[in-house]
Amino acid sequence: MSKSITIALAGNPNSGKTTLFNAFTGARHSVGNWAGVTVERKEGKIEHNNEQINIVDLPGTYSLSPYSLEEVVARNYIVDESPDVVLNIVDASNIERNLYLSTQLIELGKPVVIALNMMDVAEKKGHKIDCKKLSELLGVPVVPVIAAQKKGIQELLNTILEVAKGKISCTPSDVDYGKEIEVKIKETIEVLKDNIHAHKFNLRWLALKVLEEDEVILKTIKVDLSKLQLQEQIAVTSEIALKDDLGSMIVSRKYTHIAKIISKAIKKPKVAGLSTSDKVDKILINRWLGLPIFAALMYMVFGFTFNIGNIFLDLIDGSFAALGEMVGASLEAAGTAEWLNSLIVDGIISGIGGVLTFVPNIAFLFIALGILEDSGYMARVAFIMDRAMRRVGLSGKAFIPMLMGFGCSVPAVMGTRTLEEESDRLTTILVTPFMSCGARLPIYILFAGVFFPGKEGVVVYSLYMLGILVAVLAALTFKKTLFKGEEVPFIMELPPYRMPTIRGTGLHVWEKVKGYILKAGTVIFAASLIIWFLLGFNLSGVSEMPQSIGASIGKVFAPIFTPLGFGNWQATLALITGLLAKEAVVSSMAVIYGLGETVGSAAVDGDVVGFISTLKTSGFTQLSAYAFMVFTLLYTPCIAVVAVIKRETNSWRWAGFSMVYQFVVAWVVALLVYQVGGLLGF
Amino acid sequence: MKTLKDLKPKESGKIAVVKTTGPIKRRLMDMGVVRGTEVYVEKVAPLGDPIEVKIKGYNLTLRKSEAEKIIME
Ligand SMILES: Nc1nc2c(ncn2[C@@H]2O[C@H](COP(=O)(O)OP(=O)(O)OP(=O)(O)O)[C@@H](O)[C@H]2O)c(=O)[nH]1
Repeated sequence: MSKSITIALAGNPNSGKTTLFNAFTGARHSVGNWAGVTVERKEGKIEHNNEQINIVDLPGTYSLSPYSLEEVVARNYIVDESPDVVLNIVDASNIERNLYLSTQLIELGKPVVIALNMMDVAEKKGHKIDCKKLSELLGVPVVPVIAAQKKGIQELLNTILEVAKGKISCTPSDVDYGKEIEVKIKETIEVLKDNIHAHKFNLRWLALKVLEEDEVILKTIKVDLSKLQLQEQIAVTSEIALKDDLGSMIVSRKYTHIAKIISKAIKKPKVAGLSTSDKVDKILINRWLGLPIFAALMYMVFGFTFNIGNIFLDLIDGSFAALGEMVGASLEAAGTAEWLNSLIVDGIISGIGGVLTFVPNIAFLFIALGILEDSGYMARVAFIMDRAMRRVGLSGKAFIPMLMGFGCSVPAVMGTRTLEEESDRLTTILVTPFMSCGARLPIYILFAGVFFPGKEGVVVYSLYMLGILVAVLAALTFKKTLFKGEEVPFIMELPPYRMPTIRGTGLHVWEKVKGYILKAGTVIFAASLIIWFLLGFNLSGVSEMPQSIGASIGKVFAPIFTPLGFGNWQATLALITGLLAKEAVVSSMAVIYGLGETVGSAAVDGDVVGFISTLKTSGFTQLSAYAFMVFTLLYTPCIAVVAVIKRETNSWRWAGFSMVYQFVVAWVVALLVYQVGGLLGF
Repeated sequence: MKTLKDLKPKESGKIAVVKTTGPIKRRLMDMGVVRGTEVYVEKVAPLGDPIEVKIKGYNLTLRKSEAEKIIME
């Protein structure tokens, strides 16, 4: 067997990269629609005509200039790991700008195959594309595909294999940069020829990068521009003769080259009518309607989550209650030891049940966010919110990860990679966990349901708003203190609206819900077991709950929370387990208050796994319950988030910092709520 | 000197020169904001900034402070 072939998938954001990747591999991957969802390195293996093909999905980028993390990642991969074929996916309906990246990829000197995607969209727009001509002019194979309908995939794979095996040779046509620049390129190549660090690069490309003063490249090849003795000559030619700097000239010439190719290979209708997307935008981001529509959509997202989610909630609730009862009864009948019976019913079933009950709510939240994302509306949110976000010192783009934070902070923190400015990114990472994630929802639903019957909606909505407010204030503070700096630019594509597909969005949602359920099966399962154990034993063996290890641990830390109104060991212990995962607060409470009742009888009255009535009489007042919810909203993020912050900032210091400062913020805000609320007579 | 910022919605013009430096310039150029390109202003955001333009067949949004640096013919 021959060795496997590696292809790198490169393309602009929203060109259909994820869709093509999935069409190749059938892999279950999410499809996003705002610039740069594909931030992780994804790999897939397929077999075609008995050849093993390894597909690496590079981050979606507009260019290979080194100004964002993703561009550097993509460029380095192609240069350093030298894939057999670079598969460049090009959006046929937006071909001019897409080909800009293509010219850069071709210049890198590796074999390139172009997959001309979205042929259906281009056709609808009335663009007639002559693929053969295009291929001739670019000097690389061009294969038309419709990734969303899996059309042209086989032909594409055939072409890739032939290129990889050298059966089709690529003779890329060079961009003509004009006389002055071409002379410079030649001179520079002469100088670079003997550079020992230059061997892995295509020399013409390298020369261009040197002329563009690409800092990353200059550092890699250890060249000091001033010592190159080109600098002065460049300045003379560029500024005076060309009236622009060399870098801009190079870019302009690339676009001229593209325009020439397009005029020869593509026929466009003379007058382009208003596209559907533009028509939709006329309403959705209208000067006057834009904001109200945005607010209404947000309200609908939460309404959707609660109302529809709650229909299922009772159902699952009841099932777990019944299951606990049934298992308890049969265990008793089988004569199992009472402690084992209690472990299974009160520890495992009620702990996991307490978390799984909220799966419908979480699923609907993710569906709603998924639709907004896949339709292209998220980018509009950045557009609408930029001005407001700038007040806080952030760019509108930072709003998107923050909005995703309503789902889960982990992908949200990862989503900050699209922010080019480091200080912008750090600030967003540090404030995103204040956005109330899906895992905190069960806590609110439980507490609001018990202590604020009939007013759950308002209470939960107020918590989400509080989260946003705190995030905004924190961002403002960071921007004024730790990360003082210039305003960050806001230059972003508004991709055309697309109908979210059931398959695409469905996969998206399923992946996240699966993650949540898995967490229930692992982390929460373990947390429930530990809690059960801590509550059933002390150093001298089996004990009553108030004398158990768990109660003792809770009692040690409880005084911290006394000023906040919930200085009891039960709440304290639940909060500690919440550090593993926020849902664990609920599962722990289920175990703590569930255990308080006699074994087996817990579920009889059909309450939420049988502990609600106990929670009602647990000493929480409306005010302290609200303070408790505020605290859970704001306090130290769960370990998964801390880990991702560590990874994304590459520093334990930031991870540690976020743990501590969030705790302090939560404590102070909950204190204010409880004390001021008390003074006001609540 | 007319800049992109001076164009009203539904107006269009041709770019003469992009007067910034560094990453912002690079980003603009990568997105197709280069000399000689036709730009059409679609709309202004509800809060008055940023603006949305059509360029090279796609929709781009940028702030007025950036549009101000783009000199039109
Ligand atoms: N009509 C049509 N739509 C397509 C085609 N290929 C992809 N799409 C849609 O285009 C949208 C964007 O596709 P993605 O695969 O998410 O694009 P991407 O390049 O991975 O985008 P990022 O994740 O942002 O990098 C999705 O809604 C797809 O369903 C196609 O050939 N025709």
